[in-house]
Amino acid sequence: MQHLLRFLKPYKKELFLGPFFKLLEAVFELFVPVVMAKIIDNGIANGDTAYIGRMCGLIVLLGVCGLGFALTCQYFAARCAYSYGRDLRDAVFRHIGRLSCTELDRLGTSTLITRITTDVTASQQGVNMFIRLASRAPFLVMGAIVMTFVIDWQLSLLFLAVAPLLGLVLWVVTRKTIPMYGRNQQKLDGISRHTGEDLVGVRVIRAFSRQKQEASAFQDECTDLERSMLSAGRIAALLDPMTFLLMDLGIVAVLWFGGGHVDTGRLSQGDLTAFANYMNQILLAGVQLANLIQILTKAQASSLRIAQVLETETSMQDGTSVPDPSAPEAIAFEDVSFGYAGSGDAALSHISFTLQKGQTLGIIGGTGSGKSTLVRLIDRSYDATEGRVRVFGQDVREMQERPLRRLIGSVPQKAVLFSGTVTENLRVADADASEETMRTALEIAQAAEIVDRLPFGMQTRLMQGGRDLSGGQKQRLTIARALAGRPAVLILDDSMSALDYATDAALRRALETRCEGMTKVIVSQRATSLMHADLILVLDDGVCVGQGTHEALLESCEVYREIYETQMA
Amino acid sequence: MKKTIGRILSYARPYWPFFLLTVAFVLAGTLLALRVPVYIGRAVDAAVSPGHVDYAALRQTALELAGVVLAAAVFKYLGGLCINKLAFGTVRDLRADLTAKLGRMPLSYIDRTPHGDLIARVVPDIEILSDGLLQGFAQLFTGVVTILGTLRFMLGMNVKITLIVVLMTPLSMFAAAKITALSHGAYERQSRLRGDLSALTGELVGAQHIVKAFAYESRAEERFTKVSADLGEAGRLATFYASVANPLTRFVNGLIYAAVGTVGALGAIGALPWIGAMTVGDLASFLAYANQYTKPFNEISGVVAELQNAVSCAKRVFEVLDAEEEPDDSAAAQASDIRGSIELRDVCFSYLPDKPLIEHVSMKAAPGERIAIVGPTGCGKSTIINLLLRFYEIRSGQILLDGIDTRTLSRDSLRRQFGMVLQETWIFSGTVAENIAYGKPEATRDEIEAAARAAHAHGFIKRLPQGYDTPISETSGLSQGQKQLLCIARIMLTDPPMLILDEATSSIDLRTEQRIQRGFQKLMQGKTSFIIAHRLSTIRTADHILVMRDGHILEQGTHDSLMAQGGFYADLYRAQFAG
Repeated sequence: MQHLLRFLKPYKKELFLGPFFKLLEAVFELFVPVVMAKIIDNGIANGDTAYIGRMCGLIVLLGVCGLGFALTCQYFAARCAYSYGRDLRDAVFRHIGRLSCTELDRLGTSTLITRITTDVTASQQGVNMFIRLASRAPFLVMGAIVMTFVIDWQLSLLFLAVAPLLGLVLWVVTRKTIPMYGRNQQKLDGISRHTGEDLVGVRVIRAFSRQKQEASAFQDECTDLERSMLSAGRIAALLDPMTFLLMDLGIVAVLWFGGGHVDTGRLSQGDLTAFANYMNQILLAGVQLANLIQILTKAQASSLRIAQVLETETSMQDGTSVPDPSAPEAIAFEDVSFGYAGSGDAALSHISFTLQKGQTLGIIGGTGSGKSTLVRLIDRSYDATEGRVRVFGQDVREMQERPLRRLIGSVPQKAVLFSGTVTENLRVADADASEETMRTALEIAQAAEIVDRLPFGMQTRLMQGGRDLSGGQKQRLTIARALAGRPAVLILDDSMSALDYATDAALRRALETRCEGMTKVIVSQRATSLMHADLILVLDDGVCVGQGTHEALLESCEVYREIYETQMA
Repeated sequence: MKKTIGRILSYARPYWPFFLLTVAFVLAGTLLALRVPVYIGRAVDAAVSPGHVDYAALRQTALELAGVVLAAAVFKYLGGLCINKLAFGTVRDLRADLTAKLGRMPLSYIDRTPHGDLIARVVPDIEILSDGLLQGFAQLFTGVVTILGTLRFMLGMNVKITLIVVLMTPLSMFAAAKITALSHGAYERQSRLRGDLSALTGELVGAQHIVKAFAYESRAEERFTKVSADLGEAGRLATFYASVANPLTRFVNGLIYAAVGTVGALGAIGALPWIGAMTVGDLASFLAYANQYTKPFNEISGVVAELQNAVSCAKRVFEVLDAEEEPDDSAAAQASDIRGSIELRDVCFSYLPDKPLIEHVSMKAAPGERIAIVGPTGCGKSTIINLLLRFYEIRSGQILLDGIDTRTLSRDSLRRQFGMVLQETWIFSGTVAENIAYGKPEATRDEIEAAARAAHAHGFIKRLPQGYDTPISETSGLSQGQKQLLCIARIMLTDPPMLILDEATSSIDLRTEQRIQRGFQKLMQGKTSFIIAHRLSTIRTADHILVMRDGHILEQGTHDSLMAQGGFYADLYRAQFAG
């Protein structure tokens, strides 16, 4: 929680001036009854019409000033809250960028999205209301308490008796509701995740005609959420009536004991009236305070969820050295083993190989054999659990992450593009890629004709994730995206699976002839895609069961031979 | 805006008993609370001066007051519970309707709209609406009751001054209305930007591995902060405009107070005879009531901001609810006892009117035949599937199933005839078993295991920490190939009369694929199957091969006849093995 306070620091001025102007407004508000008393005492008593008129003008003037102060306060409140919200949102987003894949896998995408959107809004609302309400109510309470203390200090002790009770109610209610609000938020996360999943899987759902069941599952989730909100509401709803009740009972006590004090002459009748009035003032301010606390409680629950993300630290320390792409050795694995966090089994065991600059590495193997995992260690998406991964002769853990990744062009298995124009997508790796570089990349990736056919060519806006393109078109564009960064190492993680053979062959030819000197790592199911590689790794269940050239493997590796033969059959 | 509020209220209609109860409880609680000053006055009157304290009356008053405040608190609490039920029930229904609506939308809508934006409407937008309703209802009820209650007391004291107060009230409403109009646009802009931000967040956070792989973090951040800053600015303006309403109504209340004071004071000195008799005490209590009367107005204007925000969010929700649906076809003929003959007659289709895609495609498949569709990427192969399952409707021509135009059949019954495995796998959050049994939730564990075995998924499932009960999701670390095996198992379990395999095995290694093929062979026995694959070797045995290019069928025939023809297919086939 302390974490989030630092986001308010830059807005100290607003945080001070907002409540200050609110206070001024409250002070001016308190003047009004005084002026009215003057009208009664002087104006009416003397029958002075002009005086009454003057004083009423004064009341209007006080109102105008109050309006000005209030607007100033609101202005500062809105400015502070929304700047805070923006900063917080940006910080969470930036922080997510710093987390490693391990933490992102653990946290999950949908909850991160809700935290950036809904939770930040709630926290921001807390700040806004705090500035608008926090000064006025305590000021009125304090003022009234001081006044009562002056009138009859013994009687004012009654307040001090009520105060701890009130505090207790507040404490119990907030303590009980904070975790409940957290649970509500979790349920919302669930609905959000489910909605996202159903949107992605809409074709499967409809192919199975499961829309009704999905709708009823949602219905259940919504009802569950409602139930959970109701039970939090049952406790939260206590706050307001309990505050009223305690304060009113305080007034009852004041009247009862005050009556005795009148009898002994400690207190006049007028004083007793004033006392009850002040008690009433405290009551109203107290209720306002209780409401504020309720808003703050919700904001607190959300803030905790945000702080949780901000406090998640990356399990990967960034290195300091700068990668040197001219090193003769491109990639080397030294007895590397790796297991995903949370799963006991090793996804890769004891992998060793060395690849020289400009060579091509082929990785082949069964489904779930660890091919993708292996390439994800190269750009340090994950750290090896054992052994060492060297890129350009240096341990990946010692190098600065971003320069390293800029040298590596990755094409993931699942082709995902960003919303934006084709140009913007191609410039993901290198913001300054020239038209010529992009054109070359498109040509190599066999994607030039796709772009030529788009209505606005390079400037055509792709919908989110490139959803308006076919699988093969997307794959070719993701390959072009990687190439446009002119990487020293190109990693193709089974990223030609949706291409037909003719395109696949043309692409591979272009890679060979037009990307000389580029080190390539190609994961594929197809032996034909890999047979010309300088080194082929055959993976089976995380273990390297053979490595060498195509010819050598045909001789020595039974698994490889089997793969090759089934394909050529 | 009025229309939107009306629609929100129509969603609240089923909860009318709670509405009535809320009104009753709030009425009782507020009226009791309004009596508190009366008791205080009575108690003060009982304690006049030393020696003149009526203890019996004092005790009586204190006890009664205690009873009144206790009852008021209980009513207030009950009223709060009812408001909760009213608000939470309403948004539950709204959210359930909205999510159910997603199942009735045409695919084109879902393909076109950023998913993040739709999710934003289902979750944060409805949350804001819920908060707005809660506060709106609460303040509105208490406010109205307080106003009416005070009005009654004031009328009892002086009708004419009361009239002045009532006549000035519209001033405060007018001010509030002006501000509302001003801030309305700002709120709409804010909620639109909120949707944009949510969509962008979904995209960038969802594809974080790509962001990382390209060291794109700083530019992703730039894009994010830009929308984020716009949203901050829009929110600041909207909130500020809206928060002007409260001080403004308070200012108007101040004017009312001043007017009552002036008129009352002048009345008290006899300068305004038409006011009637007026004592100083009358004036004092009248001022107190005037204060009480105007307070709810600024409380209500205080929640106007919330309400407006809520309304603009509700508008976005209704926008989705109002979107055109797939026409209801529950009355249409059901496809049943399908033999499986399919014919496409001169079918034309395009996603965009000015960009023709599928043009004049005709073909015929007899029951049990295996149809392979091949062609370069982007030639329209996957679109044919969209049309067969009526995810999109054809522009012209006919698709016939057993001689019946598929447009005359109910979509659900038509789709149930097909088993579909797509290249883009879909795994939802749930256990492995739940994912496999998606098309047949009543399947026994044995059936699920048998299907998994047939799809060669049993082996890796067994190795998962909790076997078939392991919770999985799209991001839970299963490889693309493993996900594809689960999707195949899903179809193995439902055993539909026709099959569509769109690159169903693209992420599966060939050895596994060979083994699954046996399962597939069994599954395809006697079924009309459509197979899209790049591995020409896997479709060589098809009864009929359609070779597509640029939305046309270029060639059709069997493997041998197409090879003999020496056309496009033969080129493709040779290219595959050229290495």
